[in-house]
Amino acid sequence: MNQYSGLKNTLIVLFLCFSALYALPNIFGSDLAVQVSSVSNRVVTESDLDKITTTLKDQGVNYKSATLSNHRILVRFDDNATQLSAKALLKETLGRNYMIALNLAPLVPVWLSDLGGKAMSLGLDLRGGVHFLLEVDMRAVMSMSIDKYYNELRTLLRTQRLYKSIKKEGGNIIVRFKTTGDKVNALKIVKSQLRDLVLLETNNQNALEVYLAISDSAQKTVKRNALKQNITTLRNRVNELGVAEPIIQQQGLERIVVQLPGVQDTARAKEILGAVATLEFRLVDEKNDVQTAIQSGRTPIGSKLYYFKDSRPLLLKNRVIATGENITGAASGVDQENAMPMVQITLDSAGGRAMLDTTKKYLHHRMAVVFIENKVETIRKDGKLSKKRTTTQDIINAATIRGTFSSRFQITGIDSAREARNLALLLRAGSLSAPIEIIEERTIGPSLGADNIAKGVLSVIVGFVLVLIFMAVRYRVFGLVANVALTLNLMIIVAALSLLQATLTLPGIAGIVLTVGMAVDANVLIFERIKEELGTNSNIQKAISSGYDKAFLTIADANITTLIAALVLFSFGTGAIKGFAVTLSIGIITSMFTAIIVSRAIINKIYGGKKLQELSI
Amino acid sequence: MKSLNIPKIDFVGKRVYAIIVSVLLVVASVFSLSTNGLKFGIDFTGGTLLEIGYEKNVDLADVRATLDKANFKSADVQYFGSTKEILIRLEPQSISSAKLSSKIIHLLGDDIDIRRVEFVGPKVGEELTNDGGLAMLYALIGILIYVALRFEYRFALGSISALIHDVIIILGIFSILQIEFDLTVLAAILAVIGYSLNDTIVVFDRIRENFLSTRHTNPSKIVNDALNQTISRTIVTSITTLLVLVALFYLGGEIIHSFALALLIGVIIGTYSSIYVASAMILALGISKQDLLPSEKEEQEIDNRP
Repeated sequence: MNQYSGLKNTLIVLFLCFSALYALPNIFGSDLAVQVSSVSNRVVTESDLDKITTTLKDQGVNYKSATLSNHRILVRFDDNATQLSAKALLKETLGRNYMIALNLAPLVPVWLSDLGGKAMSLGLDLRGGVHFLLEVDMRAVMSMSIDKYYNELRTLLRTQRLYKSIKKEGGNIIVRFKTTGDKVNALKIVKSQLRDLVLLETNNQNALEVYLAISDSAQKTVKRNALKQNITTLRNRVNELGVAEPIIQQQGLERIVVQLPGVQDTARAKEILGAVATLEFRLVDEKNDVQTAIQSGRTPIGSKLYYFKDSRPLLLKNRVIATGENITGAASGVDQENAMPMVQITLDSAGGRAMLDTTKKYLHHRMAVVFIENKVETIRKDGKLSKKRTTTQDIINAATIRGTFSSRFQITGIDSAREARNLALLLRAGSLSAPIEIIEERTIGPSLGADNIAKGVLSVIVGFVLVLIFMAVRYRVFGLVANVALTLNLMIIVAALSLLQATLTLPGIAGIVLTVGMAVDANVLIFERIKEELGTNSNIQKAISSGYDKAFLTIADANITTLIAALVLFSFGTGAIKGFAVTLSIGIITSMFTAIIVSRAIINKIYGGKKLQELSI
Repeated sequence: MKSLNIPKIDFVGKRVYAIIVSVLLVVASVFSLSTNGLKFGIDFTGGTLLEIGYEKNVDLADVRATLDKANFKSADVQYFGSTKEILIRLEPQSISSAKLSSKIIHLLGDDIDIRRVEFVGPKVGEELTNDGGLAMLYALIGILIYVALRFEYRFALGSISALIHDVIIILGIFSILQIEFDLTVLAAILAVIGYSLNDTIVVFDRIRENFLSTRHTNPSKIVNDALNQTISRTIVTSITTLLVLVALFYLGGEIIHSFALALLIGVIIGTYSSIYVASAMILALGISKQDLLPSEKEEQEIDNRP
């Protein structure tokens, strides 16, 4: 007895070989690399590759290899300094249509990656980077949306003079009518042309006043679109920043997770991601005096009071010539005449036409550029959470129109070159449809990441070796078998993590360490049971077999309950805890396979079918 | 390998002492939790945390003075691992996190290495606190149901009281020693729930087996036998787990420190509770052989088989 069939043994060996194959990619390490990909629709080609290699050779930058695959070029380097200088060089030569980012390129051999072999993906706490959780201000989204419907409704009803008054109040639109006939007609129009608006029930059916609100389904659509549009904009901005393998994902109904591995200048990343900035071009009101307006507290009709960043006041006309929406291109640079930072703007055709008309008509007037920024922050006030919304509208410059121009011109009056760069980037990437707030941030510097890997790996190895020694001393031959099972278990965990491409984090490593300690439990249960059976049973083969059988249910029960705890952790968990839950769950499942089936197969090979006098246990 | 030594320790007879020890520990924990409370990390309170590395040793008083001058009055500054690394904790501020970290970098000079920045908004902190409590509750309920189905409700109550006992004592120790309680510690406690239960289930399994296989009907003897039969496994598994945890505690780095500590405490308490608390509980609830026999319906099914 105690022999597995040939088929069963073969299956076990095959499964172990399969695991070994997919665990293999992790031992090759990775190269420092610069990744080049295209920002526009155009894909990178062989000619781009040639250009990159010749540039690097000309400048005497040593690289290990340069390859083109999956529409991106990877150039590998020996050290960090070369990598950084190459990035700067390529950014300069290739220009803005390319995204150039630092990356780690795994050294997996081609035959292995052809088979789908990939190394485990490392979490931000192991490779360094930033994690942001952003929340979209949905109240602002809804208020913008009600504005839109309000304007549409008013325009529709005005053409037929159907309303007496119309106003917005607390997310509703209230319309008053002169006659019941007007009301009926107006509601018909709403029903046929503004289907997203619903009539709220009121007590008095005959009242000449109706309350309209945005329907639930339309509200959902509005919110979903706002989130989607914000994700798109964030993706554009991240591309502009140049990050390899960023993660930008929706989380829940109003949140977005952004993970930027390897980003070092986190302050800039935050400025760029969170900014809701746009520009408006307005004419200066030259007829009225700004001081009189301030003193009287009354601004002239058709104008509004604005301030420069240094608090100088200026009256601007209400009519907007063009906004950030009209901007199709923006590049920062230095003004040739006075060496001040500037942004070169390109407008779309509508914006260009409006600009041409205005500059023709108002030659020698002044035009102002207004920088508008919306911010939202959650603050704790008297123990309660509240959102603080701020909108800043600063004039960044007001210059005399010296000649007519249309779609291409430049604006100056920007404080620094850095600000000019950021402004150009934001204008290029498009604006966010609603303000977002960073509600959680976790930044791990690259040095700490490397430290974490080293410490994590060291503690796994030391813990593992301690357990191996202990088991060998305590259970001798059986202990060695358990050690083989434990080693195979580690290998299967690594293979599973690599295949699933689950992110390995520091708590994840802790999960593996804990699994190592707990995985031997199944073997301990079995071995103790065999010892016990040996005491009561004279047949050694039977003792082995009933030891395994009797321990099985106990092991299953014990592991399922641990699995319940791990699954709860997984479903509740945010990043760090999830990583721990994943490795713990995988570890529990694989340990049942190795500790019960694999160890049995080995024991069977050693002792199965032989006449035994005693066991080394 | 002839004689097999199943120890003959009188666990059940000595349970009075164990109960006294447990009650003392739980009362002390509850007392400390209600007076000192837990030192929650920014994961739960919201706020900003910065880990900063210096090239040479740094004086905490200097850093505090600099921060005080810049009006960061509530800043908590301490060494982290070595005297070249510091950890700064700030309560939620009125300025945004982006500006905050750049401001601090500016204050402390440019030659520092920002190793880690964590900012948790007050709303997220509140959610994590609620979710954390819920997670623990769900884990306990899930386990209660599973054990009640696989064994019997008295076993479920026994294992849950052992778990609650463990959790209260770990929280108590964190409260008494004022060690920071962050997300990783919460994860560790949930892992301890899994581990301690694992231990308890092994003992329960043996108790059930003994009830069904022997003619003895004295529950105390049967429970005591089961404890003796499993004690060697209980100790070996605790040792292997403690071995890796000690490795993690000493080598895993500062970030993982309180996580490893919570697990170390948890494994020791969990091992103790599965021997004394869980089995004392099912004895107190009055378990007997009849309770574990297959139910009548099942017997009928067996009878009906051809």
